[in-house]
Amino acid sequence: MSAPAAPAPAAPPAAPPVQPVKRHHWIVRLTHWLTFVLLVGMITSGLQIYTAYARFGERGEPSYVNAFEGQRFPAWSKLGGWLAGGLNWHFTLMWPLIFGGLLYLSYLVASGEWRSLLFRPRDIKGAIEMQKYYLRLRKEHPAQGKHNPLQKLAYTFIIFLGMLSVLTGFAIYKPTQFSWLTALFGGFQAARYWHFWAVWLFTAFLIVHVILVFVVDPSSLRAMITGWYRGRFPSHD
Amino acid sequence: MIDRRAFLRLAAAAGPASLVSACGWDGGNTVRPLLLDVSRVNDWVGEKILYSQRRLAPLYDVSQRSQQLPMYFISPEMPMLRDPKSWRLQVAGLVRQPLTLSLDDLQAMPRTTYTVKHHCVEGWSAIATWHGVPFSAIAERCGMSPQARYVRFDSFDSGYFNGWDLASAMHPQTILAYGLNDNPLPVSHGAPLRLYAPTKLGYKMTKYLVSVTFTADRPGGYWEDQGYPWFGGV
Repeated sequence: MSAPAAPAPAAPPAAPPVQPVKRHHWIVRLTHWLTFVLLVGMITSGLQIYTAYARFGERGEPSYVNAFEGQRFPAWSKLGGWLAGGLNWHFTLMWPLIFGGLLYLSYLVASGEWRSLLFRPRDIKGAIEMQKYYLRLRKEHPAQGKHNPLQKLAYTFIIFLGMLSVLTGFAIYKPTQFSWLTALFGGFQAARYWHFWAVWLFTAFLIVHVILVFVVDPSSLRAMITGWYRGRFPSHD
Repeated sequence: MIDRRAFLRLAAAAGPASLVSACGWDGGNTVRPLLLDVSRVNDWVGEKILYSQRRLAPLYDVSQRSQQLPMYFISPEMPMLRDPKSWRLQVAGLVRQPLTLSLDDLQAMPRTTYTVKHHCVEGWSAIATWHGVPFSAIAERCGMSPQARYVRFDSFDSGYFNGWDLASAMHPQTILAYGLNDNPLPVSHGAPLRLYAPTKLGYKMTKYLVSVTFTADRPGGYWEDQGYPWFGGV
């Protein structure tokens, strides 16, 4: 807090004026919302595609462990109407999703902002303190920069999950042309399996992410839209 | 604390997405043509950038063959020839010498055998051994014209057909198969002759073949004309 010293000692301490800080570059805001909309489209068209063969494993071989084996997903969760429709949505939305992701990563590197986002070994201690705070084992919120260590961990994870989704996607899309990549993931069926797992990790992230925004720091939503942050954690690094 | 404008903008972003996913929408008459345009771009990317005629599909050992290999055809009943002996393959179009080939003629030509993984557009895969004549040997024998850019494969399965780009057809692993797993090709898998290539999705591999036509214009396909990706390469 960088509140100026109160000039008149008689007055009760007023709430320090909130200085808005510029938090998110337009590229970050644009790619954030673009990714959100595209990801919804990718997941829903992906569920439509999954419905055509709702299991994992070579023909004639046992299935992989999968809670959604044979699952009929409800109509509202599927995009495309039938397999070809799902494929065409999926193979259309994948391009802006990939290019948006590359734009975002380029921005992180070029601006140096990756430093305040990437979770590194030195963040482990801070992550434990942060977890203690959430578990009410410590009272005061640990000091933090733009993101706290748990946020760094979550955002670093989601970037790697995005990369994994794209790579497993290509391994499924062209398993012969990219046979080395498909082999890296354990084969065509295994690549499908990891690609499908990514859906549920993205979904879980999305739910926790939105809950934390509203419970912990609602001003961060406005910051992701306007770029300006007026909340509790204005420090910048 | 929560900004109303922020909510409105969030709703503006999420609205179309949830609307679109509301009813299994294939894009309707407005968006569907755009999706098909992108699908054509993807065909181009698939053929010109991601595909290489020199890149071979991985081979498997015969011990890795799948226990199951699903069959499928579009006719209400399994397409069968009344008189298999009189069956001939017609090779025509942009060629110097149109051909009429019997199964014996085909089996007397160079023979390719490989054990490869089959990829279905639905998401299943299975390993099997295929035996047949390389398509490039047919192209050579009929004297394919330099104007030929595509190949159309027709069947006796209720008019099922496929159009192929020439590069994929001339791939060393593209064959006209008359054998499966050391046996003659079963009727359930397209007897007497079917197209096979481990570089394509299953629906691109025409079964129950009757003719091969070299063309300058791009032929469609049974599923391709209904919206499935035309290139269908894997």
